[in-house]
Amino acid sequence: MRRKCACAVFRRTAPPPLPPAFPGLKEGFSDGSDLRQQCDLRPPPCGVPLRANENAGWPVRKPDRLLFLGPGAEGARGGQPGTGICRESPSPVTEKGIYDEAISSFFRNVDTRVIGDGGSISKGKIRSLKARAVLIDMEEGVVNEILQGPLRDVFDSKQLITDISGSGNNWAVGHKVFGSLYQEKILEKLRKSAEHCDCLQCFFIIHSMGGGTGSGLGTFLLKVLEDEFPEVYRFVTSVYPSGEDDVITSPYNSILAMKELNEHADCVLPIDNQSLFDIISKIDLMVNSGKLGKTVKPKSLITSSAGAFKKQQKRPFDAMNNIVANLLLNLTSSARFEGSLNMDLNEISMNLVPFPQLHYLVSSLTPLYTLADINVPPRRLDQMFSDAFSKDHQLIQADPKHSLYLACALMVRGNVQVSDLRRNIERLKPSLQFVSWNQEGWKTSLCSVPPVGHSHSLLALANNTCVKPTFVELRERFMRLYKKKAHLHHYLQVEGMEESCFTEAVSSLSALIQEYSQLDATKSMPVEDIPRLSVAV
Amino acid sequence: MSIVTVQLGQCGNQIGFEVFDTLFSDSHSSQGLCSKKENEAYQASCKERFFREEENGVPIARAVLVDMEPKVINQTLSKAARSGQWKYGEHACFCQKQGSGNNWAYGYSVHGPRNEESIMNLIQKEVEKCDSLSGFFIIMSIAGGTGSGLGAFITQNLQDQYSNSLRMNQIIWPYGTGEVIVQNYNSILTLSHLYRSSDALLVHENDAVHKICAKLMNIKQISFSDINQVLAHQLGSVFQPTYSEEGSFHYRRNPLGDLMENLVPHPEFKMLGIRNIPQMSENSLAYSTFTWAGLLKHLRQMLISNAKMEEGIDWQVRPPISGLPALGKMSLKKELRFNTSIANLVILRGKEVQSADLEGFKDPALYTSWLEPDTAFNVWKTQRAFNRYEKSAALVSNSQFLIRPLDVIVGKAWNMFASKAYIHQYTKFGIKEEDFLDSFTLLEQVVSSYSNI
Repeated sequence: MRRKCACAVFRRTAPPPLPPAFPGLKEGFSDGSDLRQQCDLRPPPCGVPLRANENAGWPVRKPDRLLFLGPGAEGARGGQPGTGICRESPSPVTEKGIYDEAISSFFRNVDTRVIGDGGSISKGKIRSLKARAVLIDMEEGVVNEILQGPLRDVFDSKQLITDISGSGNNWAVGHKVFGSLYQEKILEKLRKSAEHCDCLQCFFIIHSMGGGTGSGLGTFLLKVLEDEFPEVYRFVTSVYPSGEDDVITSPYNSILAMKELNEHADCVLPIDNQSLFDIISKIDLMVNSGKLGKTVKPKSLITSSAGAFKKQQKRPFDAMNNIVANLLLNLTSSARFEGSLNMDLNEISMNLVPFPQLHYLVSSLTPLYTLADINVPPRRLDQMFSDAFSKDHQLIQADPKHSLYLACALMVRGNVQVSDLRRNIERLKPSLQFVSWNQEGWKTSLCSVPPVGHSHSLLALANNTCVKPTFVELRERFMRLYKKKAHLHHYLQVEGMEESCFTEAVSSLSALIQEYSQLDATKSMPVEDIPRLSVAV
Repeated sequence: MSIVTVQLGQCGNQIGFEVFDTLFSDSHSSQGLCSKKENEAYQASCKERFFREEENGVPIARAVLVDMEPKVINQTLSKAARSGQWKYGEHACFCQKQGSGNNWAYGYSVHGPRNEESIMNLIQKEVEKCDSLSGFFIIMSIAGGTGSGLGAFITQNLQDQYSNSLRMNQIIWPYGTGEVIVQNYNSILTLSHLYRSSDALLVHENDAVHKICAKLMNIKQISFSDINQVLAHQLGSVFQPTYSEEGSFHYRRNPLGDLMENLVPHPEFKMLGIRNIPQMSENSLAYSTFTWAGLLKHLRQMLISNAKMEEGIDWQVRPPISGLPALGKMSLKKELRFNTSIANLVILRGKEVQSADLEGFKDPALYTSWLEPDTAFNVWKTQRAFNRYEKSAALVSNSQFLIRPLDVIVGKAWNMFASKAYIHQYTKFGIKEEDFLDSFTLLEQVVSSYSNI
């Protein structure tokens, strides 16, 4: 077993950070009061309480639906959505600390005084929130930090799976060795977590592609989920290695992982560190340039968890991870909160995945910060929409505006109405190219509750051929290594690994690239109507 | 006779709420501009049709709320309860935890059979509370997953279980550009199924209503709530009480039945459109007066030129001179200039309604040759004003209104189908390519039939 000393050679993509600067769960609630100090039980704000009746109406309850799986270091730190969601819950309710439907999608409410498993409490006061999450890492460092940090109470120790030796940045070790070693344990924890859900809708898997655990064990997990819970959607947030990645074998790991993503994920949201870093730099520039510095609302920064923006330079990974956390918050906002046009997670897959293989969605979040101006004139609102399509706001190095759209989703939060949405679609449509069979390929949603610190926000998800360059580059880096058989023996000596794994993986990727190329080829062709069925008069 | 409303999906429930709210507040409005006796008769008629009495005096809507996820129903119930004026029945809703994902196949093939018994039981309970059932309103969108798929399934069930009662589907036609990417697939599947199991489809187009909000109502930032209120106004203007043969104080007992009889003479032609005049913001109402002559002249021109609202009417369009072929009988490629009708129903509400002259609507040139204008044209009246409009007129038309929108949707769906995009999402749940083809065939037939009247 490789021990930590191997890290000297295969350094991890992210140096283990100091505990994130969360001020603690308490600040997550709007008035900062101690959660346990409680008031009377009140009916939920939406309440005409409904009674269960076997014959007729079912009790109307919000589904608790989402499970976080964070394999690997990157994944574990993805637990940040947890705090974000605490903060997001509608304040009149959480001031009194009521466990409501929005919170229940990501957390269980447990009475920790009860010995044993602690049955979940379905409504009423919040006693103790436990994230519906399983954290997995084959080393203990990152998970230990989380357990010592301010989120320690949120993650149940029973929800962790760790080992000590690490995967040595080796996909084969993560996938084959740890996969078989921990399969049963993982399944057991998942089943337990799933049992606590009224209605399990979706798994979020957060991992990186370039390492060993996140990449290898993470993708192993996908297969397990598909077999065990075939009807539950698998959303994967994958951090792709940037060009200057310092893990030498990251191309191998990524391509081996890609094959699994192609086959077993419902939807993948690729992210890369370089784009996240660029976004942070851009924010820093705006904040520190003095031009807007004074008027930027601290809590509104897409990178902030609670206004710690001054410390960004020292701990860029926290800020970067917060962007991803915000991505997931916005993705699920319409499922958690009310709005005039709701969008559930299963609608994302339905609308944005026209063919099973083409399920890679480029995401962009706007605005990055809010000025202290309360009255937002329509022009600024429109700017938000324009920004969503600019390549500077994408979470991956990609330029959707100059590539071909297969489909696009706009998830709007806050005080935005259908007319604003339509006006902007009309305005932006002419400058975007959509595939011939989906000229009006827009999916939209309106959620009434904005993120903390903003009056409105927009998440755009694009199924666009602009992901192709990322994959092509990945393949090139892979081939450079593979041609020389560099480091290959580290993989082949793992039981179950053969050269065919590599060749199959790269041809799977090539097939995907080919599909995108074929679509790109249709870009400048004129759109012709297919002749219709003719009917006898 | 009573009408039971089934509200399906987010759209159906949001609109359903506005409909009941409008019906209620109009029937209790003090601006009926008529005598007390008249008002009471009107109220009683509306009540019998759409509400039932509860012990503590708060009327309960005759409605069943169905959705596959809980958020919207929660909101709808609480909004109604908050008004304090009326509410929904305590056990009148059915809900699941996970939506239909905008997937018609999921709504139709999974949610439908799975929840059939529970939903039909709920409807049964509501029906039992009616002294005499006229029929059903089913309010649904055709673009989403629940309203469209489950809506089609339920309508079929209603046809089987209540074959003697009428089914009118209030369908919401999506915006041309993107609410849902697969909206065209969902729409054609819904329309083809409804064509077989519904008695009439009353179509409400989002695009048209949106324009009304923008141009006529002067709303700056239009929300779905605004749109739904206009829709509710349109529905109310048709289904609020009107006089039967006996005249004042005697209200028509079965508007749904009468409407079907008047407007749907042949099962091949069941797509109905609705137009209202006047339509304006409340602020402007105070400063406007109308004459019936003026209103009816505009309404007639809206009919023959296929205008969706009273602004921007094309006055150049004229009915064909009798004896010569109608200008409208052209292929679809060219602008359909003259809108030929199969049957029309005009509803007049307000002051001096007896003086209104409707001769313009009886011109045989407006209609197909196979119905006499006497049969093809009907008018309902009441002097009781509606929704604060001193005078208002509604037109429900079975005409070529909807050829263009239908043709557009079929065309877009066909283009997408040719590339097989998204089909795997439907086949996953049992809807095969043949089902798509069947739907296309049926709808092309409908388009062709309407084009050739």
